Amino acid sequence: MGDSAYSFSLTTFSRTGKLLQIEYALNAVANGRTALGIAATDGVVICTDKKFSSALVEGEGVRKVERITDGSGVVYAGVGPDYRVLVRKARKSSQAYYREYRETKPISQLVKSTASVMQEYTQSGGVRPFGVSLLMAGMDGDGTPRLFQVDPSGAYFGWKATAIGKNYVNAKNFLEKRYQEDMELEDAIHTALLTLREGFEGEMNGENIEVGVVSKSDGKFRLLTPSEIQDYLDEAN
Amino acid sequence: MGISYQTVSMDFKKIFQMNEKLFVGLAGLASDVQTLDQLLRFRMNLYELREEREMTPKVFTNLLSNMLYEKRFGPYFAEPVVAGLDENDKPYLATMDLIGATSSTEDFVVAGTCAGNLYGMCETLYKKDMEQEELFETLAQALLASVDRDALSGWGGVVHIITKEGIISRELKGRQD
Repeated sequence: MGDSAYSFSLTTFSRTGKLLQIEYALNAVANGRTALGIAATDGVVICTDKKFSSALVEGEGVRKVERITDGSGVVYAGVGPDYRVLVRKARKSSQAYYREYRETKPISQLVKSTASVMQEYTQSGGVRPFGVSLLMAGMDGDGTPRLFQVDPSGAYFGWKATAIGKNYVNAKNFLEKRYQEDMELEDAIHTALLTLREGFEGEMNGENIEVGVVSKSDGKFRLLTPSEIQDYLDEAN
Repeated sequence: MGISYQTVSMDFKKIFQMNEKLFVGLAGLASDVQTLDQLLRFRMNLYELREEREMTPKVFTNLLSNMLYEKRFGPYFAEPVVAGLDENDKPYLATMDLIGATSSTEDFVVAGTCAGNLYGMCETLYKKDMEQEELFETLAQALLASVDRDALSGWGGVVHIITKEGIISRELKGRQD
């Protein structure tokens, strides 16, 4: 591709108007483990596959779905270490917001500030873009549950349901068929698990996936415990 | 508003409407009163643009407190009084000192050179669950009687009654001395 001849630095456009580093970052995301999210009428669910390279890996040590504020959480696909930097920044900015306003930072503001950080890394010297796409779930300022995707470029999108990472095309097709406007949180969780199972190699259980849920009833984001996940999986069978 | 014993203006604006259901009154150094009004407007406008919603009194109070404390070692010489209706149209009152120590109460809040007088008058005249008309009377009497005993306060007053239906504003004429 002649394009790559113009890829001197991250901050230079190619002739065709692309920023190649961002394209490559998106490739890194597409190679990451699948993550997906569904927004229901009374909550949002996000989940990811946590398959490890070996049976010797201690699952407890690694957390993929993370809580940012009381009312919001995030999951990713792509480069783990890059993700953790963003989680730190998001948490810090939420605390700064709380100090200023004594109110929990709404998800829409969180998304905007995280996206802004990611964009900065596409227009600064000596840095590279983050190799992750994020799915952020949470309560908005008006009490509505929302799901957002944030890409390495800093672009963000609101979704009813979406998937990122490996196999995301199939997962999104599956979601398109199953998604319904009036879906409730319980159905959303079931659908999310079914979608995850589609691309899962081997047996899915409470230990090798992570699920985070924010519910409109209490406005809180929490991770489901392995046994809760197992219960949902058993129901689905 | 004046300089020591000299009166400069008798109609200095120190109560500012921030949104439909939120007012802030600022007592103290005139330039800081005006600057804080401008800064608060600035912050509120940005908030409303970003968040696509109005600021509640509680959030506003915290913001103001934060802004004041940021200048802890070179403060704004102003003491604010925040009054408004929260998202459930319940009355909200708060005051703070010049470095942002907040106090939110159910009954009344006061600030200014004759704060002591105001505390006395309010404590005496205040009753719970007053209706609009009685509230106005009580407020007016408390204010007028307090400023009459303070050389640095007076030349009338302004009262705003904030209700969910709207705002009723009236000017008071007291002793013109």
